[in-house]
Amino acid sequence: MKNQDIQLDSQGRLRHFLTIEGLKKPVLTDILDTAENFSTVGTRNVKKVPLLRGKTIANLFFEPSTRTRTTFELAAKRLSADVINMNISTSSTTKGETLLDMLRNLEAMHCDMFVVRHGSSGAAHFFAKHVAPHISIINGGDGSHAHPTQGMLDMFTIRRHKPDFTALRVAVVGDILHSRVARSQIHALNTLGVPEVRVIGPRTLIPAEPDSLGVHVYHDMKEGLKDVDVVIMLRLQRERMQGALLPSENEYYRTYGLSREKLALAKPDAIVMHPGPINRGVEIESAVADGPQSVILEQVTNGIAVRMAVMSMVLGRPGDEQEAG
Amino acid sequence: MGIHIKGGHLIDPANQVDKKSDVFIEDGKVTGIGKAPAGFKADTTIDASGKTVMPGIIDLQARFREPGLEHKATIASETRAAAASGITTLCLPPDTTPILDTPAVVELIHRKNEAAGFAEILPLGALTKGLAGDELSEMYELKQAGCVGVTNARYPVAHTLVMRRAMEYAANFELTIFLKPEDHSLTKGGCAHEGRISTRLGLPSVPEAAETMAVARLLMLVEQTGVKAHFCQLSSAKAVQMIHRAQHDGLPVSADVASHHLYLSDMDIGYFDANCHVMPPLRDQRDRDGLRAGLLNGTISAICSDHQPHELDAKLAPFCESEPGMSTLDTLLPLSLRLADEIDISTSQVIACLTQHPARILGLPIGQLGLGYQADICIYDPEAHWTVSPDTLVSQGKNSPFMNWELKGQVSHTLLAGQVVFQR
Amino acid sequence: MTEIAKVNTLLDDMVQALQSELQTRKISDPLMIGIHSGGVWVARELHKKLGIRDDLGELNITFYRDDFTRIGMHPQVTPSNLPFAVDDRHIILVDDVLHTGRTIRAALNEIFDYGRPASVILAALVVRSGKELPICADIAGSLLDLKEGQHIKLNGPDPLSLELQEGK
Repeated sequence: MKNQDIQLDSQGRLRHFLTIEGLKKPVLTDILDTAENFSTVGTRNVKKVPLLRGKTIANLFFEPSTRTRTTFELAAKRLSADVINMNISTSSTTKGETLLDMLRNLEAMHCDMFVVRHGSSGAAHFFAKHVAPHISIINGGDGSHAHPTQGMLDMFTIRRHKPDFTALRVAVVGDILHSRVARSQIHALNTLGVPEVRVIGPRTLIPAEPDSLGVHVYHDMKEGLKDVDVVIMLRLQRERMQGALLPSENEYYRTYGLSREKLALAKPDAIVMHPGPINRGVEIESAVADGPQSVILEQVTNGIAVRMAVMSMVLGRPGDEQEAG
Repeated sequence: MGIHIKGGHLIDPANQVDKKSDVFIEDGKVTGIGKAPAGFKADTTIDASGKTVMPGIIDLQARFREPGLEHKATIASETRAAAASGITTLCLPPDTTPILDTPAVVELIHRKNEAAGFAEILPLGALTKGLAGDELSEMYELKQAGCVGVTNARYPVAHTLVMRRAMEYAANFELTIFLKPEDHSLTKGGCAHEGRISTRLGLPSVPEAAETMAVARLLMLVEQTGVKAHFCQLSSAKAVQMIHRAQHDGLPVSADVASHHLYLSDMDIGYFDANCHVMPPLRDQRDRDGLRAGLLNGTISAICSDHQPHELDAKLAPFCESEPGMSTLDTLLPLSLRLADEIDISTSQVIACLTQHPARILGLPIGQLGLGYQADICIYDPEAHWTVSPDTLVSQGKNSPFMNWELKGQVSHTLLAGQVVFQR
Repeated sequence: MTEIAKVNTLLDDMVQALQSELQTRKISDPLMIGIHSGGVWVARELHKKLGIRDDLGELNITFYRDDFTRIGMHPQVTPSNLPFAVDDRHIILVDDVLHTGRTIRAALNEIFDYGRPASVILAALVVRSGKELPICADIAGSLLDLKEGQHIKLNGPDPLSLELQEGK
């Protein structure tokens, strides 16, 4: 079967975490509940539990990202795992041969998990297909495809403020075309039962046949923000822009930037989210980013608990090892 | 040297033959159909009972990776795979290294092939020097050297004036121009059809317009220049409609389709199966159906392999970073035959798309088994089942998207000019 | 299945023993922590009967177990909740059954990740045979010598009752 989900083991548990697409609601809820348990660890005197003591986790970053790498590293360390960080310039791995060679080398160091971030869509699946069977892959973001831990930490943040997903109207605003974050969020929101997911952006930044993702498309931000409970702003991925997608940042801000005035169209208790790092004055006004409705910093904090949850769920699967019983 | 092919069911669309009939061959030519010519003496008898006998397949597009990329495949390895698949004639596009834009390269390829000798190679000359899209190649020289047409392969001819001049010049020497319709500014960086699959997987995409824009532009120039044009490997339903209309208007245009586009769609990419990375990309189900409809109404008259063998490493990369192309020689015949089970087309019509029609596009007296014609023959067992696997693929390229498919129809003998070049 | 002792009687004995232990150690204002879930039930009773000032702490040692890779992650656990600072305080740690000692090892590790207590007193409703680590209860409701395969289980929370199970 071509479409068999390689991220699940024979008992339907997470073996890799590559994408939210295709995962059932109970799996997502388990991740959120487990993260809830881990969220207190960061507030204690010793911010560490010995759960993954003796495990080795390698952060393989083929794309620069300080923030995501740091939260993965922190999550692993709070679980008492050993962490190796590797920043790999893509120029040295343009051929698949060397990519696999590197994989084999890391396997030989007895790693248990690779967190992979790569600029090419499908890279995490590629690693999962070719890695030794005892190693788990966590997708730390692949091209424009998926960023599942970011998607889950956003769900965690939403649930803390709005516990009932089935009563929500959520808008995702900005560069949907290039955004792996948006794709993961949309899959998660749909799976968790959010009845209305909207995407808002100019036609040049909305992918083809967007309805197939299960969203309502708006090109007018003022219309799209009306009565929403959650506003998720996306980073304007300037590094991925090619061709004539937008005339200027200034015009983008005026049309799709989140100002106080536009936010007023959403429900009064709406929360504002952003996966960071923020381009102030491009996609969001500072007064909104730092305002009372913003939960942007909470997202960062929650990212650690959610990544701890995913790592411990993936690495703690009884019955998958030989000595099980 | 007489060969008697005995007891087979002969399908020869060019001569409207579709019945049990023996074939007699002397000195590399067909000398008898149904009954032996006077004084025939069989040195060899091939028992074809229960099998189908047809003209050797003419594949309008296949790459051997030689010269230039011999680590992927060679003329010897791929013509052997062709022979094992009932293919006796193959057109080679000019994007070799060095580029096929001088008689010397044609000569080199012919010499290499003479040593291997499993199939006939018909080179297509470069339309522009170095395929750079700026200056005309020496088309007359290329034609004299044996090129059956000219093409710029997948390389752009950005300047419309250059394309117009190239068409005029090709028409001057009655050379058919082979066009791979693609607007490169719309393709740029894309690796999957723009649609719900590319949207879901976040893959850089190639819109349908990348093909239709180019078809529209080229059709206008064909109309103006009167060149005989052949559109290669159409991928979209819309392009088929455009060609259909042009044919209806009397333009001298023909078209082919690659066998994989008749079976696969972007759905088959699944979760990033690099073996489904091909250019033009696999489009959606409607396009697949549109291509099949084009085959049925005759807009598309030939099925080719668009064979592109790769070494293993070429596909060991994330989807977009893998090299595009599929290894398809081995599956060309069985996949084509399967169409008769899936759509309203007869086996004889399918075989015409593999023999008679491509011969007509090339303007060559091949692809049929009339008396006096060269004995290029494929004999296959229509009931033999086989499963596609790295072991069953004869091609050196194991990059087939049809891995593990069970196919019906297996070649038992291939004859090239009366010589048995393959038997199972 | 045999009922072996009235839990209430054992609790009363434990309260007395604890009071005298606290007196001996000159501890006036202890904290109490129960280990999830049976230990919390027992601790609630003791906490009430001893009139401890601070709220009861609850410890869930899932993240500290030494057999994590065999039992895996169960997302439905209630997290640990220590509604006080443990630094320099005297702690009464309560569990229902003290068996191998591994649970207490994990619980001590977790407590020390919250801070540095002045002392820890271990109280268990039942101490059974089968010790694997050098850990003893300071206060024991009852001592049981069980055969291999036998298990003692606390049912609860209301009412609390002990049950002897014969193993498979």
